[in-house]
Amino acid sequence: MNAQPSGTPPVQAVGSADGGGGFVKELAVAVAVVAQLAIVLAVLFSSPEEKQSTIQQWSRQDPVGFLRTALLELGGTSETAEYGPPYNHQGDGQHAAFLHPQRWLGVSQPIDTANDFVIGPLRTIPDATLQAEVSEYLGVGSGLKTDGIESTETALLKAPVAGDRSVYMKPGEYENVDNMMRALLRLAQSGGVDGYLLTGHGYYQTDYTKPLLFMADGRVLEERAHAEHLPQRQWAMMNETGSYPGLPWLWPYAFWYQIEPFRSSENADLLVWLVMAVLSLAFVCLPLIPGLRSIPRLIPVHRVIRRD
Amino acid sequence: MGAIVDLNHPAHTVHWHFFQMTVANVVLLAVTLVLFLLALALPLGRLAARGRSPRPLTYACGTAALAALVVLLLSGMILSLKGPAWWHYAGVGRFFNSIHLWAVELLFLFMTINLAGQFFTAAWRHGGKRVWITGALGFLVAIPAALTGYLSQQSFDSQWLATQARAGFNAIGAGAFFNVTNFGQMYSFHMLILPLAVALLVTWHVLLLRRHGLVPPLQSRASV
Repeated sequence: MNAQPSGTPPVQAVGSADGGGGFVKELAVAVAVVAQLAIVLAVLFSSPEEKQSTIQQWSRQDPVGFLRTALLELGGTSETAEYGPPYNHQGDGQHAAFLHPQRWLGVSQPIDTANDFVIGPLRTIPDATLQAEVSEYLGVGSGLKTDGIESTETALLKAPVAGDRSVYMKPGEYENVDNMMRALLRLAQSGGVDGYLLTGHGYYQTDYTKPLLFMADGRVLEERAHAEHLPQRQWAMMNETGSYPGLPWLWPYAFWYQIEPFRSSENADLLVWLVMAVLSLAFVCLPLIPGLRSIPRLIPVHRVIRRD
Repeated sequence: MGAIVDLNHPAHTVHWHFFQMTVANVVLLAVTLVLFLLALALPLGRLAARGRSPRPLTYACGTAALAALVVLLLSGMILSLKGPAWWHYAGVGRFFNSIHLWAVELLFLFMTINLAGQFFTAAWRHGGKRVWITGALGFLVAIPAALTGYLSQQSFDSQWLATQARAGFNAIGAGAFFNVTNFGQMYSFHMLILPLAVALLVTWHVLLLRRHGLVPPLQSRASV
C-alpha cells in the first residue's frame, strides 16, 4: 500500500531545491504574522490575573473553617492525612487490576499532617505556657487526644467569631486542644503558618506542596474555583480563570472523567491515564498500525482538500 | 497593562448533558474547526500561482505553528530575564506574559489544524512515517510544556490546576518525581527541559519533512 510505483508523481520537495532560503523566508513571514496576531490579542485581552489564595487570607475570612481543617490535620483524618503515596503510608492509592503504580513508587514527599501542619507551626511560637500545653497534649494517650479533638470540633459548631476574627470556645475538657487551636489561628492570621509551611526546610524555598495541600483539605481552593466556574464537573483541567480560554487541547483527557465507568470510579485518574496512554501510543504509531492508517481513505475529507 | 476587552470576570459555561465547558474554550475549539474547514477548501491564491508548491493550507498551518513556537520561545526568554514574578507587578511584564499566553493558544490551534490536515491526507505514506511520528511526539510533549507554564503563573489558576492535576500524576506514580505542587520544579521543567524537547522534536520533524517532502494527494495513483 505504501510502495511508490514507477511513473507516479514524485514526493514533493519542501524548500530543499532553494537550499532552504525559501523555507527561511516563509518562516520569517509566518513569525511576523503570528507575532502581530499575538500582540493584537495581548493588547485586546491581556492575560488573566487572579491573586493566589493564602492560609492567612483563609484564616481571616473563615476562622472556624480553618480551625476545623486544622483539627482534621491534627487527628490524622484529613484527605492529605489519609492520602497514601507520595505523602504517607495511610493508603494504597489508586490501582487497576495488578497495577499499583502509586504504591510502587512510594512516599517521596513525606507529610505527617499533625506534626507538619499543626504541632510544627505551634513550636515556633515563643510562649512557654503554650509550649507546655503542646508537650502535655503530646504526652497523653491517643484516646485523650481524640477526645480533645472531638470536644473542640463540637465546640466550634457553635463558636462565635469576634470582630478581630478570633473564635470563642466555651470552657470545657479539651486536653489543651482549644488553646492550641487559638494559638494556631493567631499564627495563621499573622501569616506565620504560610511562612512555616513554605520554609520548613530552609530559607530559600519554592515548594508550595504543604500550604497547597492544607488549603485543599479545607476546600478553600474548591470553593473559590466554584465561584470562578472552575469545578471538576466543568472539565476543571481545561479552564483558565476569568473568561479566558484555557487548555482546550486537554479535552480528549478531560472527556473521560465525564462518562462511566470513569465518572464514578475511585480509580478514575489511573484508568483515564491508562486509556490516554493507549490512545497516545496509537496516535504516535498510527502509520504502523494496519487498519487505523487506512482511516483517511475511508473518510473522504482528502477529496475536498484544495490544492489548486 | 490593562485590556481593551476585560475578560477578568467569572466565566460563562456551555452545559449540555454531561458536557460542560467555558464559553471561551468552546469558542476557541469552534475557531479551530472553522479554520480547519477553511484551510481545506480555500484556494491558495498567490502562493499556488507561483507554481512552487500546490500544498494544502493545512500545511501552511504547520509553518504557522512553527512561527508560534518561535514567538513563544522569544516571549518566554524576555519573561525569564526579570524572573517569574515580573509580570505580576510591571505593565511591560504583563504585556509579554499576555503575548506568551496567546502564542501558546495559537500554537495549539495551528498544530491541531496541521495535524488534522496531515491525518486526512495520510501524510505518513511514501516514507513519511517518521515525519508523522516526530510531529505527533512534538504535539504530545507540548502538552506538559504548556501545563507547566500554567502551573508557573503564581496565581490562583496555578494553585487550582496544581491541586487538580496532582491526583492524575500521583495515580500513575509520576507524582513521586514530578510534583505539580512544587513551583520550583514546574518552573524548571517549563524553562528548560520541556521547551528544549519540543524544539528538538520540531526541528527533527522539519528536517525530515524537508528531506522526504510532501506526499502526493491521496487520490492520485501514487497513493494506490
